[in-house]
Parts: sequence; structure tokens; C-alpha cells
Amino acid sequence: MDESHQSQHTAVDVSPTRRTFYIGFINGVMGLIGLALAAPAAIYLLFPPKQRKEAQWVETADLSTIPAGTPTEISFERKRVDGWKITTEKATAWVVKKPNNDVVAFSPICTHLGCAYHWDESSHTFLCPCHTSVFSIDGTVLGGPAPRPLDRYMTKIDAGKLEIGPVEPHA
Amino acid sequence: MRPIIDWLEHRTGIESAIKNFLYEDIPASAGWHQIIGSVAVFFFVIQVFTGGLLAFNYAPTPGEAYNSVKYIMTEVTGGPLIRGLHHWGASMMLIIVALHMIQVFIYGAYKKPREATWMVGVTLLLITLVFGLSGYLLPWDNRAYFGTVVTTHITSQAPIAGPYLLRLLGSQGDSVGNVTFSRFYALHTVLLPPLTIIIIGIHIFLVRKHGVAAVPGDTAPKRKFFPEQVFKDTVGVAIAFIILFVMAIVAKVPLERLADPTDTAYIPRPEWYFLFLFQTLKFFKGPMETFVSVGLPGIAVLTLFLIPFIDRGPMVRLGKRTFAISFVILAAIAWTGLTTAAVVTTPKNQESADDTETPATETPEAAPQTTAAGAPATTLAAWQHLTPEELAGLGLFKKQGCTGCHPGAGQTGIGPDLTKMPANHRNVAWLVPHFKNPSKIVPGSAMPSVDLSAPDLNALSLLVLTFTPQNEAALLAAPDFVTQGAMVYQTNHCNSCHQIDGTGSTLAPALDGVGLRRDRPWLEKHFADPTSVSKDSIMPPYKFKPQDLDSICKYLLQLPKRA
Repeated sequence: MDESHQSQHTAVDVSPTRRTFYIGFINGVMGLIGLALAAPAAIYLLFPPKQRKEAQWVETADLSTIPAGTPTEISFERKRVDGWKITTEKATAWVVKKPNNDVVAFSPICTHLGCAYHWDESSHTFLCPCHTSVFSIDGTVLGGPAPRPLDRYMTKIDAGKLEIGPVEPHA
Repeated sequence: MRPIIDWLEHRTGIESAIKNFLYEDIPASAGWHQIIGSVAVFFFVIQVFTGGLLAFNYAPTPGEAYNSVKYIMTEVTGGPLIRGLHHWGASMMLIIVALHMIQVFIYGAYKKPREATWMVGVTLLLITLVFGLSGYLLPWDNRAYFGTVVTTHITSQAPIAGPYLLRLLGSQGDSVGNVTFSRFYALHTVLLPPLTIIIIGIHIFLVRKHGVAAVPGDTAPKRKFFPEQVFKDTVGVAIAFIILFVMAIVAKVPLERLADPTDTAYIPRPEWYFLFLFQTLKFFKGPMETFVSVGLPGIAVLTLFLIPFIDRGPMVRLGKRTFAISFVILAAIAWTGLTTAAVVTTPKNQESADDTETPATETPEAAPQTTAAGAPATTLAAWQHLTPEELAGLGLFKKQGCTGCHPGAGQTGIGPDLTKMPANHRNVAWLVPHFKNPSKIVPGSAMPSVDLSAPDLNALSLLVLTFTPQNEAALLAAPDFVTQGAMVYQTNHCNSCHQIDGTGSTLAPALDGVGLRRDRPWLEKHFADPTSVSKDSIMPPYKFKPQDLDSICKYLLQLPKRA
């Protein structure tokens, strides 16, 4: 056994008050430094990045080409911010035009687990093939595990063209 | 707490291990001069921590790397602070390692039996330098790219080993590319950190094995490492950390433009601690240059390793180490002189991607004096200096959402500042293909392609070329009716007959100052049926959509009269 091991409990080369001060200082300063590193790290990892300004509205089909009363799947290209990149991606929407020319554009993703659903003409409902969620033509849940109605894109009509914006935040 | 500690102690022995470590005997003469090693270890921990955080938001491929660093700097919350800590931490780490070595050197603490401790320490210094060199490339901006080009060239000059080292660094021909980048990244993040931990472990083991070096003649009873010396170490750590933290907040970490191998105007320079070599190289030509760039550093490193075998006498008091102290002072003077000379004699590079220090105080309207002497021309807005085609380009610029990435007016966006484009990009022949396929022209560019017709791309290019730091903000603030009107003017090819500010054809009357001659109702009637208000007119009628008619009329009516 080496001598430092034997003497470990007899280490009283400083007075007890100094010793208390030293230990308090070491713990305090190291704690502060730990905090000064941990807090920025938590902010860095947990806070969302700043949102970039971008043109979010995409011009899609001519309104007159969309049949009234029947959901139509239209595809369009939009730009999406993906981390440090802006990607151009194809997106689709199920568009329902009412007789009074009001338009609703549904996000093509089932609100249950994100499968792509489709319009079933015979039953006049949106059907999701994954877990048999069923939605009505206005997006409400008719059956299956879907927790909320279909998500909707923001829409506006400009000079007879349907413009699609981001997905509306759901409650 | 106690039962948990007892449980852990019984199962692992961790408490007695820590106590064993802390209650090491150290000489009574140990003290403030020996705190630097602990500070160096602390900085290594900070580098590992902040480096890991950066890796969470970093894409390790050329081009992507730049975009992700830019993302960290402009969008990630706290990103600049974390990168600041890592960047300045690297510089401070090198200073601390050097100070630690100087302390050991002037005290002669490398002497028998501590030769191995010293040599392991020199290895750690070299590793720190390799960390700096490899990390320098990772942001993949111009600074990183050209700095590394020079580094690999110097490496290639090494006798015999040169070509092999170059191959090892993944360099092909004269350029630095994907392979070099991946190897530097792997070195910096995969290979070196664990290697450093192992070598630091060996270094500390050797320090413990031989004990902390005492001042010769110190026969006083030994003291314990904890808590007094640990307190002193903590004071050193705290001071260094405060300096680092303040620097990370106050001093901006540079991120220049995306690496552009075709940029001929760029002056590469190394990180500050290599500037002395950079400067020394300027004094030598031909074969001597190779000797200075490779031979001298090689000899210096070898000498450093062998110091314990060159200076073999027993340890003496600090006061008697005049040779060692004078050597350090002379080396410091030489280093400072060379570094200062390098800073002073190398011209500053102009552009940096996020350089917000451009004098914003300059008046945005510096140009009017150069225009005509006519009274109305003295107060022209910036956009009134643009041709209709450039103005149409401005309309496209806004409509295409270009401002999302190029916000202009000194704001930082994800795209580069368009007022600071390098000279070789300042022409339509470069810009149009770039718009069509950005990443083909600038590998790694994150910019989406601009899907426009050839005339529109031309207009957009001409617009981009008009941007200067002085006019950009004013141009982007141009009213919509102007840009819309100019777009109508362009799509209807009005310039095939008319002229504005000297641009276009003289077949029909020039339109400058048309608002002084005509009013809105006249223009509208004239568009619908030119001969109804001007009986000899050969202009065809134009049936504009109401919105277009509104834009073109407003645009035309504001056109200033020019001399």
C-alpha cells in the first residue's frame, strides 16, 4: 500500500476554515461553469430555430378546371425549409370545390399515423388503407382511429387561380 | 446521500479512487505556476462538449457543410455562442498548451526522470495543432478552402514522404475536394478526440508516477493536492473560462463566402498561430523555401522532443536557468515580430458573407450628383436609376421570394450578400446558368433553381448586378407599381419603339418626363386607341388587364425628365 493511500484521511495541511473556503469555492465555481455551459447547450438543442421568411403561397390549378362536389387530387411544387436547405418538393392536396365556388384543400395525410388516404367514390368518403380511418367529404372523422379531422391547407383564390398556402394549425 | 455513496463505494471503489486521486502528495513548493496543465485539460473538455453540440447541426460534406454552419450562425438559437466557444476555445487551448510547455521548459521540469512525460506532452502539442488545421477546413468557406490548399501544398513538399502524405490527405492534383474534406473531418471528430483522451491519460499517469516536480532544495513536508492546489487550479480555470465566454459573445467568428476555387482575388492566410510560418516563407525562394516550410518546422519539432536529452544536467533553481529564459524571450520576440509583420503586410480580404460592419452611415443617395443637371433629377430615388429591364428584374426578385434568403440591407440571410459578389460572378453569362441550376455552377449551393423564361432570367441578372451596399435597401423598397409597371413594359416590348433614360429604340417618342406632358386619362385613351388622341400615331392599341393598366400608367407618369 502506497503512502498517499495511508495518509488520505490525515490530509490536514490547511486550517479547517481555509479548507472549507477552498472546497466551497471549488464547488461554487465549477457549478457556475457547468451552468454556463449547460444553459446555452439546452437552449441550442431545445429552442426551435428562427423561422425564415419565404413565399409560402403556391399557385396551383385554375379554379374552373376543378369539378364541383367531387374531391380532386391536385399536385403542385412547393419550397420547404429543411434545416439548412430549401428543398423543392412535390406536394398534393385533395381539393373539394363546393357549388358556391368555396374551396377546401385537405392535406393528403391521414391524421392518424400519416398514411396517404384516397377518395372512395362508391362510399363517398375518404378512406385510409392503413388503419381504416374514414373521413367525410368535409374532413370530419366518420370511423377508425383518426384522432382529429383532416388537416387543411390555407387557400385563397387570385384571378381565378387556386393558391395553396401552409397547413392550417389544428386545435 | 451517504448510503448511496457507500453502496457505490462497496460495489465499485469509486470514492476511494477519487480520494486517492485528490489526496496525492505534492511538494510544498508546488503552486500557482503549476495550474496551467489543469486549465489545458479543462479546455479539452470544453472543445469536446461544444464540438459535439456543433456536430448535432453540422453536415460533413463540402458545400452542405457551409450551409449548415451558416444555419448554426444565423438560425439556430444560441448557435453563434456555441460556435464562438469552440472557435475561440481552440485558439485559447493552443495558448494554454504553449504556456504550459513554456512553464515546464523554463523550470527544467522535463529532466530525468520526466523525459517521457515531456515527450508525451510535445505529442499533445502536435495533436492540438492538427486539431486546429483539420478544424479549419470544416466550415468550407473561402478561408477554409484556400488555407487548406496551402497546407496541402506545404505537405507535398516534404522530402520523400510528400506524395504519400498528400495521398493520405486525399488531395488530388492541386485542389482540395470531397476526399480531403472527409479525411479532415474524420481526423478532427473520429480519430483525434479518443486518441487525445488516451494520450492525456498517459501524460497524467506519468505526472502521477513521478510526482509534481519540486523546486530544487525543497525539503519541506509534502502537502496534499486537494484542496489547496485544486483551489488554485480552479481559479485558473475560472479566469480562462470567463475570457473565453466573453470572447464567444463579443468577438464574431468569421464565416466568409462559400468556398469558391475559381476566386482568383482571394488571399489565403492561416490561423493566427501559423502566421509566423506564413511570414517566414515570404523571405525565402526556391529550394530554401522548401527547407523553411518543411525542414525548419521538422527540425524544431525534433529538437522539442529531444530537449530532455540535450539538456541533461540536474534540475536547478529558476534563477539559474538564464539560458532557458533568454531562449523563451527571444523566441517570443521573434514569433511576435513575424506574426505582426504578417498581419500588417497582408492586405485584408474585402468580402465576408456575414460582414455587417460595412459603413451603414453612408447616405443611400450618393449617386444623384452624377445625373443630369435638370432640376427634378437631383432627388431621384435609387430605383429611378434602373432601366425598365432592371426594374422588371426587381419585380421578379420580389415575386420569386429571393428576399427570403437574400434579405439585403445588411441583414443576414441564408444566401450570400448580393452586394458583395466576387468579380467573376458579376456578369449575365455566369448568373443565368447559375439561376437555372445553382448547385451545378456552385457545387453545394443550397439555392433552389429559378424557373423563369430566358428574358426574365436576363432581367433578374441585370438587376442583381445593380446592387451595391449603398442602394440595395432603397431598391428593395421600390413601390410595387413601379416594378409591376416595368414588368408590363418589358413583356409588351415597349422598348422596341420607345426609350427611357437612353435605353430602347428611338422609333417612337422617348418616355422620360411623359408625366409632364400627359395625364392618366390621356394615357388610358391612348393605350386603348392611340389614334384617338394622337392622329398620326403608328402605335398599335394595347388592351391591358385593369391591374396592368394601372401599373403601367403609374410607372410611366413618374418617369423623371432627363437632360
